[in-house]
Amino acid sequence: MTSHVNAILPKRLGVILSLLAAGLLSPLGYSATASTAVTTTVTTIDASSARQWQQTLEQAAGETVYWHAWGGDVRTNDFITWVGEQTEALYDVKVKHVKLSSTAEAVTQVIAEKAAGENTTGAVDMIWINGPNFLAMKQQELLHGPFVNQLPNSKYLDLSSNSAASVDFTEAVEGLEVPWRLARFVFIVDSKRVQKAPLSMAKMLTWAQENPGRLTHPVISNFMGSTFLKQALIELTPDPSVLQQPVTKQSFATATAPLWRWYDAIKPHLWRAGKSFPENEAIQQQMLSDGEIDIAMAFDPAAAAAGIASGLLPTSARVFVPSQGTLGNISFVAIPYNASHTAGAKVVANFLLQPETQAHMQNIDVLGSFSVLDLDKINAQQAQVFAALPSSKALPTLVDLGPTLLEPHASWTTQLKQHWSQRYSQ
Amino acid sequence: MSFSSWPKWFMLTALAVGILVPVLVGLGETIWAAFGILPALGRHTFSLNAWQQLFELPGLATSLRLTLVSGFVATTMALTLALFGSAWVYNTSGKESFLTKLKPFVQAILVPILAAPHAAIAIGLAFLLAPSGWLARLFSPWLTAWELPPNLATVQDLWGLSLAVGLIIKELPFLWLVSLVALKQIDVSRQLSLAQSMGYSHTNAWCKIIVPQLYPLIRLPVFVVLVYSLSTVDMAQMLGPNNPPTLALATMRWYNDTNVYLLLPASAASVLLGILIAASVLLWEAAVRAAMFTGRVMIRSGDRTSNYSFFTGVLTTTLLITVMLGLLSLLVLALWSITWRWSFPDALPASWSYGYWLQLMTHVPSALQHSLIVALMSSGLALTLAVAWLEVQDRLGGQLYKLTLWFIYLPLLVPQIAFLYGLKVGFLRLGLNGSMMTVIWAHLLFVFPYTMLSLVDSWRALDKRYVQVATSLGRSSWSCFWRIKVSLLLRPLLLAWAIGIAVSISQYLPTLMIGAGRVESLTIEAVSLASGADRRLVGVYGLLQALVPLMAYSFALLLPRLVALRK
Amino acid sequence: MSLELRSLSVTTQGTNLFAPVDLVIAKGEVACVMGPSGIGKSTLLNAIGGHLNNDFFITGSVFLNDKEMTETPVNKRHIGILFQDPLLFPHLSVGDNLAFGLTSTLGGTKQRRAEIDHALDNAELSGFYHRNPATLSGGQQSRVALMRALLAQPKALLLDEPFSKLDLELRHTMREFLFLQARQRHIPVILVTHDPAEAASVNGPVVVLRSTR
Repeated sequence: MTSHVNAILPKRLGVILSLLAAGLLSPLGYSATASTAVTTTVTTIDASSARQWQQTLEQAAGETVYWHAWGGDVRTNDFITWVGEQTEALYDVKVKHVKLSSTAEAVTQVIAEKAAGENTTGAVDMIWINGPNFLAMKQQELLHGPFVNQLPNSKYLDLSSNSAASVDFTEAVEGLEVPWRLARFVFIVDSKRVQKAPLSMAKMLTWAQENPGRLTHPVISNFMGSTFLKQALIELTPDPSVLQQPVTKQSFATATAPLWRWYDAIKPHLWRAGKSFPENEAIQQQMLSDGEIDIAMAFDPAAAAAGIASGLLPTSARVFVPSQGTLGNISFVAIPYNASHTAGAKVVANFLLQPETQAHMQNIDVLGSFSVLDLDKINAQQAQVFAALPSSKALPTLVDLGPTLLEPHASWTTQLKQHWSQRYSQ
Repeated sequence: MSFSSWPKWFMLTALAVGILVPVLVGLGETIWAAFGILPALGRHTFSLNAWQQLFELPGLATSLRLTLVSGFVATTMALTLALFGSAWVYNTSGKESFLTKLKPFVQAILVPILAAPHAAIAIGLAFLLAPSGWLARLFSPWLTAWELPPNLATVQDLWGLSLAVGLIIKELPFLWLVSLVALKQIDVSRQLSLAQSMGYSHTNAWCKIIVPQLYPLIRLPVFVVLVYSLSTVDMAQMLGPNNPPTLALATMRWYNDTNVYLLLPASAASVLLGILIAASVLLWEAAVRAAMFTGRVMIRSGDRTSNYSFFTGVLTTTLLITVMLGLLSLLVLALWSITWRWSFPDALPASWSYGYWLQLMTHVPSALQHSLIVALMSSGLALTLAVAWLEVQDRLGGQLYKLTLWFIYLPLLVPQIAFLYGLKVGFLRLGLNGSMMTVIWAHLLFVFPYTMLSLVDSWRALDKRYVQVATSLGRSSWSCFWRIKVSLLLRPLLLAWAIGIAVSISQYLPTLMIGAGRVESLTIEAVSLASGADRRLVGVYGLLQALVPLMAYSFALLLPRLVALRK
Repeated sequence: MSLELRSLSVTTQGTNLFAPVDLVIAKGEVACVMGPSGIGKSTLLNAIGGHLNNDFFITGSVFLNDKEMTETPVNKRHIGILFQDPLLFPHLSVGDNLAFGLTSTLGGTKQRRAEIDHALDNAELSGFYHRNPATLSGGQQSRVALMRALLAQPKALLLDEPFSKLDLELRHTMREFLFLQARQRHIPVILVTHDPAEAASVNGPVVVLRSTR
């Protein structure tokens, strides 16, 4: 827990808070020793892994890695292009960004290839993936690995068994995917039109009743839409710890009863009376900019600042989170079992973990996504780069973002989506 | 099988392997999956589980209703407007007005809308009609008193009407131009003169005499339009509702769901869509027969006093609005491509920027390169095949013409989503994965029929006596072919080529599913960006999408003139 | 009923096609129009019938029964026309073709059917109601075309070389049939022809179109 919080704080605050945390939460000091243990393990096998890495580098030289990643955000696309330019210059590895409108497109491609017996020269080399898609690929044995420990830069990560980088939506990562970017569920609002933002789901109901037609969420089949529903579930459910266990018919009924009551109350006051929803959060952001609605959602705390910088949001756009905290997760990259350019993919994945890369990514003028690195593990020079990053009025600090809520078990999401569809999708 | 007829058999085999086989293979794989057989997911036994799952999925009935309403409304209106538009073009008498001066320019005005891909028009129209869209911005707040966009469902409405409007805008020019070409085979002016001399008004005569003769000639294009309207994915994504969406879009969503086991009911849904479309085509034909029967009863009554002027007025207005909306959709894309910030309710952007275009010129996107290569190759191949087929028919007799026509159009009559995933698996079995070659082949399936459609009438209309005279003067068949046929048919050939380019640029699902991410396209970029937050980039790609076919058409129309000038 | 042409001429693209025509045709009379190829005989007929498009300008006037026709729309002139080809509508049966022509002033399904059958008998085509026009011979088609035009009860009839594709024998028969019908219905008829023998056989005035130069 400590190291997770450290990873996304600016360095100065991080030092103070980690001291406090270390003092107050001594039982969790176990994880600190655990990470040191990992570091020592890495140092002892340094020699052989170094040789292995050298081999990987040689294999990778000249390869073109096809990185399948969602292409709906221009700044992310530009970042991926920059990554490719860097890896080409440093390692002679080119990156080709295959723009997807949904990660599942890449998953279906690999399935089709497996169906046809295509086991060595697949079209997908690397996928930006997490959560349910990762679960699907892991269960179907469609992933290469475990390989995270082969990457030299994995030493900067906190890979202890309970850290955010080792668990993806309660599913153990087991070295099959590499983290690269942090996400927190946040709301975006135009501060000119909304002076007092609703700071809990219950308050959101009141707000919607006072401002009919100005609130909506993406379709539930979309990741953001289902996250909104999960956020509401966590806030309204009587016992949140139940959500960490696989779902049962009993537990589902009890846990979601308040949620459906709340949703039935808010639905008529939603945009288009809750009969129609935007396709995804990007379109919702556009609607906010057009003035059709007043509240949008994003996984990127830097979304408002980024939107203002690229002219997609008015300068009065701001981010807010419910006071109890919001869901957070990590974006990973994974390599399919039949990738054509496995070595190249590993080189690119390793490059993503480079502190300089992470700092560049966290720069609000580039992407603004918070880094996944354990800031305890980087040296002073690298830490300096992080400290020197520019800031903006619309960019919240980690304190502003409050606590991170734990993701429920993946089975809850599937049930939620199914139930919502049955209730409201006719 | 005589030696001299081997070209014919060669062509038949080429067509069968090139077109029929991929479609059948694709359908086959989809049908296997629909009945539970998908080895990649460990399903090897025949079962009806997928169908059970499908019928339990929420919103299926609404999806079906949406699909049928939008499909039939769109096809009926597009056909009515096209027939009415053709009547207007042939109405040589009547008052001179501003509109009549536009008659020679009909083709020129319609070509941009015809050439622009479906996705580009859909994106532009969605922005035009949205509550915060351009039409609202033009009239707010001075006319509508809207300071904020109203909470109205003008796009993505629950009856699929905005989707129908988008489809009509795109299909009207196609049907209209196809009708105008087909009408050259009918002696329109003299038949109309006859009817009018017997006391029938122009519209009356048109409905009773011309339309019944015209319909059999455009039957196949009308079916193509009906099938597309019922199975479109990219237009439904932009303009149709999404909770639940049309059946085709819902199927696409199930194919892409994180729960990979939904591939099975998705295949079942594809088969259901195929059955729905087949039933719709039969229903349509039945309705047409009923209409013909009613028409004959009316003819026997000899009634010629019916006043059609009310309908004429309504249809003229609708026709004008449809064309205007089409042109405005493209214009709004252009506007967005040079915008920096444009908020509601400004009628025009508050700040401008050429940044994206400059970026484009320094760093030509690979999407543009790939789209051009695929388009040029597929339309070139299609044209060669079409010409070869027609030439072989000419020289060796065309008994099988009607039959082969149906299986040339087969890819257009089967919903794309029903066989493309299956085709992908089929290609993979052959060891062909996501390459330029497979994408070009997939595009060829759809480009070839359109090329044939646009070339066959002009080819057959060419007076055979030209060739007979030439042969009697001692020319060899090859020389005849090049010097006479090709040079006389230069304009139709180039136009067919331009149509091929337009069709290829417009393809969304084939590149997406068969390309496996290795082959990019302008359309995929535009659709993927349209589900992002930056309309300005969408404007750029949407406009590029539309410009490529437009340039192909301009080339096709100008080159013959240059050649003629040189002579 | 009479048909009168007063200094009728047609201009297109600035040039006058032929010298102005003055002609009076009395009821039951058949007039003949002749002239060199390409001078505009068909155009003259179209001008009288009202079928010209806006590329052509008409000078002079047309009078039918002392009523000026120049501004009347085509479908209100009641001037029938026949072209070189019979142009029977291919999607309708022979009988339905005739039904199309049959004037709407005659109502009632039974009466209309009876009238059509009578017309078929008249043309020696009894029982041909349900036949496909394409199965008829050239002569038969011409007869149907003529009956169709006459069933519309026109007040005048224009014929643009309607029998030129038939053999001599048939041409003679059709001509006689035509003259009979014209006399019986008391309508003026204009016949355009190349054939001097045909011109000689008509009982009305003969006009030869000359160019203006």
